[in-house]
Formats: sequence, C-alpha cells, structure tokens
Amino acid sequence: MRALFSLLMLLVFLAPQLHAEPVVVPGAKDATDLPWASDGEANVPYVFHDPAHESRITGFEKDLVDALAQKMHRKARFIQNDWDGLIPGLSRDLYAMVVDGIEMTPEHKAAVLFSRPYYVTSERIILRKDETGLDTLEALKNHKVGTLKDTTSERMLHRLGGVTISSYEEETNAFSDLRNGRLDAILLDAPIALYYGAISDDMKLVGEPIGSMEYGIAFSQNNRALRDQVDAALGELIKDGTLHHILARWNLWTPLMANYTGDMSEPNIAPDEWNRYREAMASSTGSGWVFLARRYAGFLPLVGQGALMTLAVSGLAMIIAVGLGLLLALARHYGAAPLRFVAGVYVEIVRGTPLLIQVLFIFYGLPAFGIRLSPFVAGVLALGLNYAAYEAENYRAGLLSVPRGQMEAAIALNMTHFQALRLVIVPQAFRTVVPVMTNDFISLLKDSSLVSVITLTELSQTYVRLSSTYYDYFGTGLMVGAAYLLLGLPFVRLARMAERRLGRGMGGMTGHH
Amino acid sequence: MLQASGIAKSYGGNDVLRGLSLDVERGELISIIGPSGCGKSTFLRCLNFLEHPDAGSVRIEDVTLACQGSWSRANEAQAHRLRAHVGMVFQSFNLFPHRTVLENVMMAPIQVKRVAREQAQAIACELLEKVGLGAVKERYPDRLSGGQKQRAAIARALAMKPSVMLYDEPTSALDPELSEEVLSVMRALDEDGMTQIVVTHDMRFARAASDRVLYVEGGEVVESGDPDLMFADPKDARTRRFLRTLL
Repeated sequence: MRALFSLLMLLVFLAPQLHAEPVVVPGAKDATDLPWASDGEANVPYVFHDPAHESRITGFEKDLVDALAQKMHRKARFIQNDWDGLIPGLSRDLYAMVVDGIEMTPEHKAAVLFSRPYYVTSERIILRKDETGLDTLEALKNHKVGTLKDTTSERMLHRLGGVTISSYEEETNAFSDLRNGRLDAILLDAPIALYYGAISDDMKLVGEPIGSMEYGIAFSQNNRALRDQVDAALGELIKDGTLHHILARWNLWTPLMANYTGDMSEPNIAPDEWNRYREAMASSTGSGWVFLARRYAGFLPLVGQGALMTLAVSGLAMIIAVGLGLLLALARHYGAAPLRFVAGVYVEIVRGTPLLIQVLFIFYGLPAFGIRLSPFVAGVLALGLNYAAYEAENYRAGLLSVPRGQMEAAIALNMTHFQALRLVIVPQAFRTVVPVMTNDFISLLKDSSLVSVITLTELSQTYVRLSSTYYDYFGTGLMVGAAYLLLGLPFVRLARMAERRLGRGMGGMTGHH
Repeated sequence: MLQASGIAKSYGGNDVLRGLSLDVERGELISIIGPSGCGKSTFLRCLNFLEHPDAGSVRIEDVTLACQGSWSRANEAQAHRLRAHVGMVFQSFNLFPHRTVLENVMMAPIQVKRVAREQAQAIACELLEKVGLGAVKERYPDRLSGGQKQRAAIARALAMKPSVMLYDEPTSALDPELSEEVLSVMRALDEDGMTQIVVTHDMRFARAASDRVLYVEGGEVVESGDPDLMFADPKDARTRRFLRTLL
C-alpha cells in the first residue's frame, strides 16, 4: 500500500491545479472548523484508537493538532483516511491537512506543501530479547531485516547493501515476523520502535539512534495561507513549551528535539500517556476464556458497524448492478447495432480493468471533471458499475438459454417486443441466472472491502484496525470472517427460495444452469 | 377472408418463396403439403409476418399489409394489427414453461387485449374444457404429454379470438395416438366454422379433413384442389412423384 501511496502522491503532483482561487481551509464546514486527516490504523503513538476506549482517537499528533487548533481559534475535526488516500484526499478538499508521521523527503515535498517540522527523530534497531550483537547499522549486513515500505529506514538499508530487506506495510506484521524468527532485526522510526519494540517482553531496543529525519504537516500545494498560519502557531507552541510538554507526556522528547527547538530546559513532566498506553497494553494481553470473551464482546459494536456499512454498500451496489446489467444484456441481445456496440465496449472496459483502479478513479479522478461524490456514493457507484458488467454477461447467457420459439410464440400472440421480454423471456432467463447471481453477490460482499481505500470504514477496515491495535489477527479475524458469512447466508437462502419459486414448471432445469 | 399474393422470400440469394398466392374462404380448412425444405413453413410464417417477406401482400379481414424491400416500423405496426386476427400453433408447442396451463391461456388476453382477469379466466377455462384439458389446467407445461401440450397451445391461440388459425406441422413432434387428440380438436374447430391453414406431413389428415390441399415445391404452388381428386389423380408430375414416395 505504501507503493500505491507514492504513486498517488505522484498523480497529485502531476494533476493540473484546477482551483484558480485558493481555498483557505478546504473541507471546512465553517470558519472555526479545522478538518485534518490521518490513518488511524495501528500507527501508535502517532494517531490511533485508544485500546482502552476503542472509539477514542489519541496519539501525540492528535494532541499536537488540538494544541494548534486552540492557538488558531479553530476546532480540530479528525477524519480517518487510508494511508494511500491521505494525500489525494487533500487535493479533493476532504480536509485541510494531513498529520501522519509523513517524512519531509524531496519526493514528498514535490507533491505537497509542508509545514516546518514538528518532530525530528531517528531510526532505531529492535531485536528479540535473546539476540546479541547487531546493535549498529553495519552489523545488520548479511541479516534479515524488516522495515516499512518507502521510508528513510528502508533507503538506509538499501544504501548499506548486503541486507536481506523485508518491507512491510503494517509495522505490526514486521514485529510478528521478528517474534517468529522470520526476521533477525527491525529498523524503524524511533517512536514506533519505542511503542512496539520497547513495550513487549520479548523484544528490546539496541544501539544508538541512527541518522535523523523530520516529520511535517502536509497541505495541498495551493494552500499556502493555511500553511503559514499553522507554521506561526507551531512556532508559538515550540516557544511556549507546549510541544515539549506534549512530547514529554508521550515519552518522545529527545536530545534531537532539544537541538531542533533550542529548548534545553528539563522540566519535570510525567510521561502520563506513555504509562497509560503501557498499562492498557498490559491489561489487554490477558488470557483465559473470560478475558477473551469480554474483549471480543467489546469489539462487537465496531464489527456490527462495519458489517452494516458493508451490507449497505453491497446491497445498493447490487441493485445498480442488477438493473444496469439487465439493460446492458438486453441492449447487447436485442438492441440496434450502435447500442450493441456501446454496451459491448462498456462490458469489455469494465471487466478488463481492476476494480481498485475504478474505485480510485471515480473518487479521486472524476473531480477533475467537476464530479465530486461522497465516499459512500462513490463506493456504491464503483461497485455497482463494475458488477453491472458481470451481471450483463450473466443475463446475456440467460437470454441465450431461452429458446427462440418462446419469442415467436409471444409475438404470434400479438404481444409487443417489450411485453414478450417482460412476461416471457426475462422471467425464464432470470431463473437460469439466479445461482450465478448469488455467487456474484457474495463476491460483491467481499469486494466491497476495496471501498476502504476511499475512507469508508467497513468490515475489512474494522478488522485491520482492531487486529493491528491489539496484535490479534486470529480472534478478530475469526470474528470478522463470521460476520461476512452471516451477511452472505441470508442471500444464499433467499436465492434458494427464488430458485424454487421460479423453478416451478422448469423441473428439468433444477440444479444446473 | 384471407388473401395472400405474390409472397416472395430469399435467404442469401436462395429463393425460398417465388411469389406464392392463396385465397381462403371463411370456414375453410386448407392443408399445405410438400417435401421438406419446399418453403411451406416459411410461407405459413409469412402470413402473420413472423417471417418478413421480401415482397407480396397479405390481407386478413380488413387489414392489409403489402411489403416491398426492407422491414419498417410502419410495417411492424400494421403486422401487429393483422396478428390480432391470427392464431398460430407451432410444431414444438412453445408453451411458456414458467406459467401454468391456465396462465398460458390467460396471459395474452389480459396483457394484449386488456381483458379483465375474471373474464379472461372464464374464457380460458371454457377453452381448456373444450380441448379436454379442464382437469390439468393448474399444471405446469412440463407435466403434460405432447398431445396435451399441443391442445393447450391451440387453446392459448383461440383465447385471442382469431378469425384464422395457422398450424405449423402441429403433429410432427407427436406419436400417432397423441396426434389423434390434436387432430380431433382441429376437426371439431372446423365443424364450428373456424378458418384453418395447416402445414402438415400427415397425408391421411390432409386428405380426410381438408377442404382444399396445396402442394408446394421449390417455393411455388405446384397444384391445389380438392383433396380426394388430388390424392387420387395428381395432375402434375411433381405432385405424383411426391405422393408416390409417401405411399
């Protein structure tokens, strides 16, 4: 996904700048609103879902944005977006700024406007507790090392050479692989290393901090006004010690930060947030049936919400797919030549391109033509238009399966073409396509997970979020899997009933199509 | 009451019909016979324009459709008017398998003629009774024998109150004893004064039941006339050869 992120950043960079007049705070509801986005999955300690209260957003970046908003007399409003969609969302004016540990690399600087750095940090090495040595960058040579895709640490390892690099999209996956021995070491940004590596009993941080890099707040290129406001506010936060205070509470104040800010003071600030997180994690790593049952029961509302979203998106998309699919099939089967051609081209284009591209295109691409759809509408539309092509082919096969004599008999009875289709042909064709439609709906249900890339939190997204917060891929996986099955089952039953009902009088056709 | 003249049709340069004409009196039963591929079925299907002739005209009751060249929207509208007077029965029955026998018979009157449902049902029940299917009217077509299916198809066509019935080899798909069920229905209709045109291979029926027989070969009417005279003493050599091979 990080590769996709870079790709989308590049797209944004290349896209023509369509707004003649800069909008000071895009996506804002009023002058006091400050909408900002981050990827709240895992992402500890940046922006994440509090493990003690799953619906609460926390993290040092969250505290920073709140402090900035206060200085600017605005109200911060958090918008969850997938990592890949963060920057495209800026140019779509879904929000005014992105705060998500984005490194101020030259590539990124080409795509977005950055504030001054709000955090300076370095890379750290994490090992299993029993491991020794490997405490310098040089020592990592000839070992298997994990890192995140498209990060400074990954580039460091590439430059070093001789390292077997595994690049991950989620840091939690890297840590599981270190635990189970697939990796010898992990090289990551110090905050992640601290909050994942230093907290667990079976891992440790070793060696000195390596190198240095900066995180900046990202704005869209034409939003200089807001960037300047934020820079001014950030400067004040540094000067009055608020930033120091926030970072110290998260145990993230370092000599590098003292250097950067010139603030050499050492006030006595308790690392409350750091402690709170450690306690929350300690209490969430219990065992026994009662503990697990209570934890999973706590997940139910979130899983339920995700399931509702999945069902809504899939259900509406299927309605579009069935309606449009039938029209396309009729156009291809009975339409005049130009209509047949257009329908044919539609089906081939839609079937021949990946659904993910279609989803991104409709959400991020269409605004270039002035069509701005909400994430929900875009998701439903993308899935519906995509599946319409498959349904069209399915129905066409169904129409072909109806003998020619049926149409002739209807015409001989003086029905119009339309009456013949409605009363005679389509009902019979429908009977043969129901089993395939059931399959399609179930795969639509699963494909709806792709709409998570345009900020919709459905079942899969819920899984990613829960599992990466609790490092529990197994139990939450079973839960979410069960939710998908439960969503699909009623449709399988409904389809069986429809088959039986429609199948009356067509006994010879039951069981195959 | 039915007048077809100069019906011509070709497929890919192959002349299937070379200007056939036919005049039918009200109440007549006419059989069209001839070797396979002679064009007799195509001719029958041209009478209600399931097949679009390249040239020729058909008049049924007060509706006339003359066509020349390509098929137009106006032609289709006129064909729709003309079909209101014509019922058709197919070799392969073509009942609607997703509807019961009763629904098959009721569908067109309700949908096409906007007959009230109760009335359509009354007419359908009466017709099904008449063709001997009163007991099976709630069944789906796949639960009927071939003979029953064809009688249901006849009832379905009759429900539209046509003034002429066209039959395209109505018994060719049936065993002889089942054929008889169908043929006796057709004889009964003849006695009621129905005008009927039958494309058939059943020479016994053609000879015994028809008022007139048409012998078609090579897309032309070779000979037509009284069945007994024609079967006993065909005038044309081609007719003679065809009848001899059958007997």
